[in-house]
Amino acid sequence: MFQIRIHGRGGQGVVTAAEMLSVAAFLEGKHAQAFPSFGSERMGAPVVAFCRIADKEIRLREPIQTPDVLIVQDATLFKSLDVLEGLQPGGHLLVNTNRSFADIHLDGAVARLPEGHAQTCPATDLARQHIGRPAPNTALLGALTAFTDVVKLASVMEAIARTFPGKVGEANIACAQAAHDLVRLRLAATETEHA
Amino acid sequence: MLEQLEGSKAMARTIALCRPQVICAYPITPQTHIVEGVGELVRDGTLENCEFINVESEFAALSVAIGASAAGARAYTATASQGLLFMAEAVYNAAGLGLPIVMTLGNRAIGAPINIWNDHSDAMALRESGWIQLFAETNQEAADLHIIAFRLAEELSVPTMVCVDGFILTHAMERIDIPDQKIVDAYLPPYEPVQVLDVEHPMSIGAMVGPDAFTEVRYLQYYKQQTSFRLIETLSQQFAKLFGRVAGGLLRSYHTEDAEFVVVAMGSINGTIKDVIDEMRAEDIAIGLVSLVTFRPFPVRALQEALAHARDVLVIDKALDPGMGGPLASNVAIAFRNMDDAPNLHSAICGLGGRPVTKASLSRLFRQAMVQPWEGPHFLDLNDRVIAREIHRRGKARRAGPAAENILKILEREKAEKARAREAAEGAS
Repeated sequence: MFQIRIHGRGGQGVVTAAEMLSVAAFLEGKHAQAFPSFGSERMGAPVVAFCRIADKEIRLREPIQTPDVLIVQDATLFKSLDVLEGLQPGGHLLVNTNRSFADIHLDGAVARLPEGHAQTCPATDLARQHIGRPAPNTALLGALTAFTDVVKLASVMEAIARTFPGKVGEANIACAQAAHDLVRLRLAATETEHA
Repeated sequence: MLEQLEGSKAMARTIALCRPQVICAYPITPQTHIVEGVGELVRDGTLENCEFINVESEFAALSVAIGASAAGARAYTATASQGLLFMAEAVYNAAGLGLPIVMTLGNRAIGAPINIWNDHSDAMALRESGWIQLFAETNQEAADLHIIAFRLAEELSVPTMVCVDGFILTHAMERIDIPDQKIVDAYLPPYEPVQVLDVEHPMSIGAMVGPDAFTEVRYLQYYKQQTSFRLIETLSQQFAKLFGRVAGGLLRSYHTEDAEFVVVAMGSINGTIKDVIDEMRAEDIAIGLVSLVTFRPFPVRALQEALAHARDVLVIDKALDPGMGGPLASNVAIAFRNMDDAPNLHSAICGLGGRPVTKASLSRLFRQAMVQPWEGPHFLDLNDRVIAREIHRRGKARRAGPAAENILKILEREKAEKARAREAAEGAS
């Protein structure tokens, strides 16, 4: 079983991100379970959503405490919460920021993860550019598919299309693609450096 | 067809397949998505021949359902928590009148202090109202139980509550099979009421009944429920045959054959318990589970049979009767009454007001119950430190203030201390 935890703030589509991820996994024939952290819904308040993916029925209903993947939609959360709590030693970290891990004081935490397992993505900037509003969730899902094999980019795109039909969906799909390409490009550059 | 759906949405679509003719409900978290869902299906024409009535309160919602049902319509409503309490008088009326209304209860705690999260307090508060109460383990079962509930309610002419864990199920998205209309129609025939208010043939129902007949009316309610156990089993078997999966019934046993230690629980917590049992079975621990689906009528005989070989039984309650303990534990104890070699009964209270019930905590609980069983209810993951501080404070001053706010203050203080310690540690490194 694979466990993903998504942190963000009310209004950023955190719950929708977990749901779309579960749809993407469902489209690949897997069992998936997405659920929110059940808080009162308020704009700006910290929100957590969860997604489990497995090859057999998922019976477990506890919140995800030891995620394999952690997606952080709002980097300001690091100041008020222990966002990284429980992240598996071999896990993956994806943070929405247009700065570097060093700039947001996360280089220490990133160094403890295997190389390449932590990525940043300027998801809010990409969302403004492609969708016209600062909803970073679809960009982050696209970025996630660039450095993990949780789900494929094509499945994420189909999940976005099902969640947001029409023009809004198309814009979000373009946004996911752009984020995916960005992380891929960065990974390729690092590989060249090493070579 | 298999789809990845939110529990509430899947329930709404399945309820629509049951062809209700009158739906009235008042929104209350965590049930709201269900009635919003059926409302949309009425508006877009998917659910035909159905009137969706907006009402001003939960009391009105069930009162309208009672009127509709008495007039011969298949009636549905949904509520949760304080909403159920607000309609309490009508809940008893629907049962006393024998009107087969189906209601979804998105299980949620009851205030005060106000709490929107899941536990079973609402269902337990009205367990003696005369409704049938079925508890769903998964979202698939939550959807399926509605089909069974309409059939059961109408065959018996007894209202039926489908209890679904709020948020844990209602807001979870998972793989759910929405059945074909044809199969649902084959299982659930059109509603044929046993009593109808009809202007052509005037009569009254629910008039005053004095001491000469009230006991008999109540006895008939009791008789109907006590003779319904076989029907509940049969409807579950018929469902399995038609739909190709298991739903409903009185209870389900999991690895109980050779289990000396058996857990009894209701609702979505059974999934997590099963995972814990699998892990403990891998260590050769003889542990099993009985998940109770039907809480009312309470299946005494089925429970006695299911627990016949158990030496210890641990009952998990997601509700609390402050003057007694766990309501489910009290009910299971009654099932053991006058039984030879009755198993030892242990009680645990967990998941109150939405506290997550983790595998780790359950595993610890089960192991403790095996080596060192306790008297009275055990409160899982109780913060003993906070309790001790508050009890100590209350002993010192008469005007100790509100307990809830005091506990929150203690927690806030502890959190701030922890954050300061973390900052200091980060500063040092």
